[in-house]
Amino acid sequence: MKLDGKKVIALGERDGVSGPAIAACVQSAGADVVFVETECFV
Amino acid sequence: MDPENQDRIMGLVDEHGAGDLVVVLGAADLESLEVAAETVTVGDPAYVGPLAGVQLGLPVVHILEEDVKEQVDAGVYDEQVGLLEMTLDVDQVREAAKKFPGRDGSS
Repeated sequence: MKLDGKKVIALGERDGVSGPAIAACVQSAGADVVFVETECFV
Repeated sequence: MDPENQDRIMGLVDEHGAGDLVVVLGAADLESLEVAAETVTVGDPAYVGPLAGVQLGLPVVHILEEDVKEQVDAGVYDEQVGLLEMTLDVDQVREAAKKFPGRDGSS
């Protein structure tokens, strides 16, 4: 899945990789981040 | 998945269309991953949120997958994910990602 030019929904998790960390990564890959969230799975 | 987030995602699909959207997950817990991936593809498995019975069919990847990592700037990846990559069970997450709805199991 090529991320360059895509609109990304970054759904992180508190006990894994956070939403902002995902967003920073995919932005460097050329994606446009449209939603960032860090969920807490219970 | 939180019903509020389901609502936001549904709104984003209405706004941008499903064609250009990609969901990138970061969860390490396998059950959590499965629920999130199902919710944005075939609908909320818990049938509690606005995506219950709604098949968005969005492509889903995980930030720890090799294919994703290769596209990210190495310095940024190391800074944002590097430490977690060492502590989380990356192989387990990658195996789970292969089974996300819409995958053929070969990627």
